Amino acid sequence: MNMFKKLTLSALLALGFGASGAMAAGDYETKVVDYDFSFEGPFGAYDVNQLQRGLQVYTEICSACHGLKFVPIRTLGDEGGPHLPEEQVIEYAKQYEVYDPDIDDFREATPPDHFPASNIENAPDLSLMAKKRAGFHGPYGLGINQLVRGMGGAEYIASLLAGYTGEEKEQAGVIFYENTAFSSQWIAMAPPLYGDDVEFADGAPTDVESLSQDVSAFLMWTAEPKLMARKQAGFAGVIFLTLLSVLLYLTNKRLWAPVKKKMKE
Amino acid sequence: MSGIPHDHYKPNSDGEKWLHSRLPIVGLLYDTLMIPTPKNLNWMWIWGIVLTFTLALQIITGIVLVMHYTPDVDMAFASVEHIMRNVNGGHMIRYIHMNGASLFFIAVYAHIFRSLYYGSYKAPREVTWIIGILIYLLMMATAFMGYVLPWGQMSFWGATVITGLFGAIPFVGEGLQTFLLGGPAVDNATLTRFFSLHYLFPFLITGLVIVHIWAFHTTGNNNPTGVEVRRGSKEEAQKDTLPFWPYFVIKDLFALAVILAVFFAVVGFMPNYLGHPDNYIEANPLATPAHIVPEWYFLPFYAILRAFTSEVWVVQIASFITGGIIDAKFFGVLAMFGSIAVLAVVPWLDTSTVRSGRYRPMFKWWFWLLVVDFFALMWLGAMPAEEPYATFSLIASAYWFAYFLVILPLLGVIEKPLPQPATIEEDYEAHYAKNVGGTKTIVEPAE
Repeated sequence: MNMFKKLTLSALLALGFGASGAMAAGDYETKVVDYDFSFEGPFGAYDVNQLQRGLQVYTEICSACHGLKFVPIRTLGDEGGPHLPEEQVIEYAKQYEVYDPDIDDFREATPPDHFPASNIENAPDLSLMAKKRAGFHGPYGLGINQLVRGMGGAEYIASLLAGYTGEEKEQAGVIFYENTAFSSQWIAMAPPLYGDDVEFADGAPTDVESLSQDVSAFLMWTAEPKLMARKQAGFAGVIFLTLLSVLLYLTNKRLWAPVKKKMKE
Repeated sequence: MSGIPHDHYKPNSDGEKWLHSRLPIVGLLYDTLMIPTPKNLNWMWIWGIVLTFTLALQIITGIVLVMHYTPDVDMAFASVEHIMRNVNGGHMIRYIHMNGASLFFIAVYAHIFRSLYYGSYKAPREVTWIIGILIYLLMMATAFMGYVLPWGQMSFWGATVITGLFGAIPFVGEGLQTFLLGGPAVDNATLTRFFSLHYLFPFLITGLVIVHIWAFHTTGNNNPTGVEVRRGSKEEAQKDTLPFWPYFVIKDLFALAVILAVFFAVVGFMPNYLGHPDNYIEANPLATPAHIVPEWYFLPFYAILRAFTSEVWVVQIASFITGGIIDAKFFGVLAMFGSIAVLAVVPWLDTSTVRSGRYRPMFKWWFWLLVVDFFALMWLGAMPAEEPYATFSLIASAYWFAYFLVILPLLGVIEKPLPQPATIEEDYEAHYAKNVGGTKTIVEPAE
């Protein structure tokens, strides 16, 4: 029994080691703010209004350079996502041009098409950005921060967008901007947000931090569109299996009772 | 099948007799399910069922994933995203498969360390043990190739590093590496062959699992005392054992349900915790990630691989003696494979005649130190290759080898074991009598 306990503890520790690989590379100490997103934790859910605001920020600002090539436009209408009405999705798709191999030409996008890829080579695709970056690491490679606070992909994006100090430097003809969240401190992307860059229909604040959080929430959704369905399935699974465990525990206890009783006599 | 005397299947109806005289399959299943099992098995004997279940889980989810996955360097990454976004329930199936690999390794490490503590590898169970190690090797190969399939950055660079290990073998290495990759570098040929073998190996594992079960059903289970079941007569054996069904099936299912509840919590609420964010970046042969780190379950052996650098005197001596044929890189590869090879031959390295660690006062200390060492290596494998981690890795690797090659052989000679119970029944009775006695002593003073 004692060994079992120890090994269980060890196994839990092992879980902690798993994420430890995601160590920050640079020697520069980055600053990632632990923003309070609505989708965090087992009970967390996307805020539909925030996703729609984030979509607006992406469309008006980010999409000038960055693409979302893995995201089908139709999913904007999905429940558990921005949940736009069907007509709005059709209307939204029309602003993009996509290449159609059937006609060997570009045409107006329709909901089944994907968002376009990035316009410039240096701008990474954002479909999975919130999953391919981790905001939190360590301590000492133990992965405890990720266990407690989550992987922090959305926090990383928001911190990066709001993390410009205003300092610039030129290196080999390229201008780099100082950023407190970027691993090497100097990033090639010019500050994309200055505050009041967009106007929201719901009157939500448009300062840099709010815009950063809105678009980060939207990018979390593009990276993990089934987050809410997944948590629901997780809950169903845990509740069902807990119930099953209790029943099996009682069955087992009753089954073994005569054997153990005989021993005690 | 079992060497322990017990009731065998007797066909009753004409139909059963007809089948039994042609194919005794019902009898085979009956004997397998009703095998007399030591009644004192503790909770560390549940991992076999967990492993069998996980194998089935991985095969079933894997078969479904293959229906939607495309093994092509230009399409693999997108096809995984297709599964995550468009396939009904695809995100759950993929996350279960992905985290199922971790469950598999947690269970197999618990299973292996249980065997090491209770001496399950000792005569007459050496063949069961060796087959187990073969299964473990196949599991590692399968997990490694499966990790390459999503074609992310860690997939690609992990494949490059690990196949590079084979390239370190003198004379034949380069050719061997090219053969494994299907070309000079990791490319489409690598992806397609890894895909093919990733589908094949689980079925080889299934075959070996059947042989594994067959082997220990022939010798009977080990148990926490390490004392053999009495086999003089059926009545005698029944004092030490209970049939597998229903006693251990229900017990194991209970444990499985608890473990799966935790597993589902991980899949549902933190499915990417055990993975590496870099693997959500599509593979790019031109951009090397800052840290190439294998999955957590390979880290202990990865640490051993990296521990032996050219500054280590053992490596320098080996290099000097062999005229440079064994360089630091090849030494590391030998150490890594050696660390698993010493596991395979442990039945012949352990000289103690006492099976269970419970009756070995000195062994216990060294064993728990090995467990700590294993987790230390796991941690070190994830740390960058610099001081002080390099020195720690070397010490931890040295202890791994010392445990198997020096400590186990010596302990059998110098250790004075504690008295063992004569029978399993005696141990079982003592265990429950002790519990009863415990409550009595509390009650009596109150009177």
